[in-house]
Amino acid sequence: MRLHPRFHLFAKVAAMAAASSQPDIERARKRGFDRAIGPLLLSPSVILLAIFVYGFIGTTVWISMSNWDTAIIDWSIIDPFWKVYDSLFHMTRFQINIRNTLIFTVFFLILAVGLGLTFAILLDRHMPGNALFRNVFLFPYALSFVVTGVAWRWIFNPETGINILFNTLGINWVLEKFGMGPFAPKWITDPRVMGDLGNWLPLPDFIKAQLGFPMAMLPVIIAAVWQLSGFAMAMYLSGLAAISDDVREAASLDGAGTIQLYRDIMIPLLKPITISTLIILGHVSLKIFDLVYAMSGRGPGYATEVPGIFMFDKTFKVLEYNTGAAASVVMLFMVSLVIVPYLARSMKDV
Amino acid sequence: MATTLGRPTPTPTTSKKRFGLGKGIGFAFLVFMLLFYLIPVYVMIVNGLKTADVVSFSRMWELPTKLSTGGYGEAWDKLSRNVMSSVYLVVPATLISGFLGSLNGYILSKWKFRGSDLLFTLMLFGMFIPYQSILIPLIKFLQSIGLYGSIWGLILVHVVYGLPFTTLIFRNYFANVPNELVEAAHVDGAGLLGIFFQIMLPLSIPAFVVVGIFQFTNIWNEFLFGLTVVTNPARQPITVALNNLSGSFSIEWNVVMAGAVLTALPTLLIYIILGKYFVRGIMAGSVKG
Repeated sequence: MRLHPRFHLFAKVAAMAAASSQPDIERARKRGFDRAIGPLLLSPSVILLAIFVYGFIGTTVWISMSNWDTAIIDWSIIDPFWKVYDSLFHMTRFQINIRNTLIFTVFFLILAVGLGLTFAILLDRHMPGNALFRNVFLFPYALSFVVTGVAWRWIFNPETGINILFNTLGINWVLEKFGMGPFAPKWITDPRVMGDLGNWLPLPDFIKAQLGFPMAMLPVIIAAVWQLSGFAMAMYLSGLAAISDDVREAASLDGAGTIQLYRDIMIPLLKPITISTLIILGHVSLKIFDLVYAMSGRGPGYATEVPGIFMFDKTFKVLEYNTGAAASVVMLFMVSLVIVPYLARSMKDV
Repeated sequence: MATTLGRPTPTPTTSKKRFGLGKGIGFAFLVFMLLFYLIPVYVMIVNGLKTADVVSFSRMWELPTKLSTGGYGEAWDKLSRNVMSSVYLVVPATLISGFLGSLNGYILSKWKFRGSDLLFTLMLFGMFIPYQSILIPLIKFLQSIGLYGSIWGLILVHVVYGLPFTTLIFRNYFANVPNELVEAAHVDGAGLLGIFFQIMLPLSIPAFVVVGIFQFTNIWNEFLFGLTVVTNPARQPITVALNNLSGSFSIEWNVVMAGAVLTALPTLLIYIILGKYFVRGIMAGSVKG
């Protein structure tokens, strides 16, 4: 009986697989002309993408190994060719950038996916105001990161924003009654970095950045979660809707409670959705730029700077093109680690 | 716990459980999060409505004392040219990338050839790259063909980098159109393009709506290309203009908030009016096959 709930899903998948293996048209009907013009009609898009994606990436990689670090173009290769990358990774500032990206990605993913799943589970069952909740949680997804950054920037400004709300709501009045100081975090202006991985792990000497949690990053994480947890919710809601009611009924016949139902059956069944959501949101956070640019910029002591901003700064402000290009190649590499396996897997499924 | 609602909940027939304790806690959590999610909306709308003499940081959370158009008039004066720039950018870029994507998706789903699946995957990769990694060559290229700094250059950029997404949506959509339909038309003597224009395009209205919504939203909201490809501040897209406005110390705060509302409004309206397609697009664009 334990396997019973899953059976329906397997049957459904098998039926879908059978349906999609119908012989393709070109195998049934052969017409040389039509077969030839297919690729021909595709070629404008293919050529454009070949140049704009692969050609330009190749050029960027070349620039990252070149001597081009002024306004004057210089295509000659630097000696040794990895010199720009070597100095990039020895730069404390860039080490901080990478730390910020990883911290941002990890906490953003946990919060956005966790909240999205919680919203979806709560709203999957009949909850009063269901449509209102869904719409409010999803609407930030339709906005620009710049709008999000501008709005949250003022909310998390320590002198003006949410701290005043804390005062108005009497939170500090209560805290003072208990002899505790006022709760007035410095939010995006907080230069502190909490903890240091270097105290726990034997790290190589060239790492100068403090590998802890930059406090100024917290508001940026909250803003990103605000914007994208609705996406995770929508993904999970579609996943839950695809699970047959029979699964729930079979589970409740087996005597499973609500918590067991979700923990033991639903969440494992939702694993493909979880993976897709983590990959899509993960690649967004690894290349994040607009939100940080509009909300906090570099932050105090580069506390919120990410490689996207570093690249923009190096390329367009100080014209060190090779350093900017190298930073962008590092970004591409990080995103590719997540995206390439995903694309390879989805190609196999076709 | 039903009392948290003030009235008993009408129990839907499919739900056997009553409004129990667990559900009450869940509901309270949702209400709390709802209020949290509305904080930026409140801040933007309310402060945009305040007049310049009333807007001050210490009174950020208070409602405006007197009704006025507040910062909206000034925000429109400052941003209207950029709104028009964005419109001139978004409409052609959406239409062109949508049409090309429908043709690509049709060929890649109904006229597969050797290596077409690999080619499709290689095209898709362009959707995920950080655009910083193509930005320097892109700008040099646009300079060499004389499109740097113009809205036409930006249209070209958005058409090209929109192709992976539009192709994906149409390919997945056309894959669900029965092959028999195409075969029957083929037997009747229709060619590849005839089938596309007479059968597939009329069938693909829902896919066009999804692609239209997402391309409109993506391009309207885009920032990096707008910031780097167009240099004249008066012609930059709205997101760039909003960021400039927000970073300028001479601009009153109510104007910035009104500007944020103005920037958000078009995509928000699309979301409100076409929400169903919006959710459908999220699924179609992320879960493949």
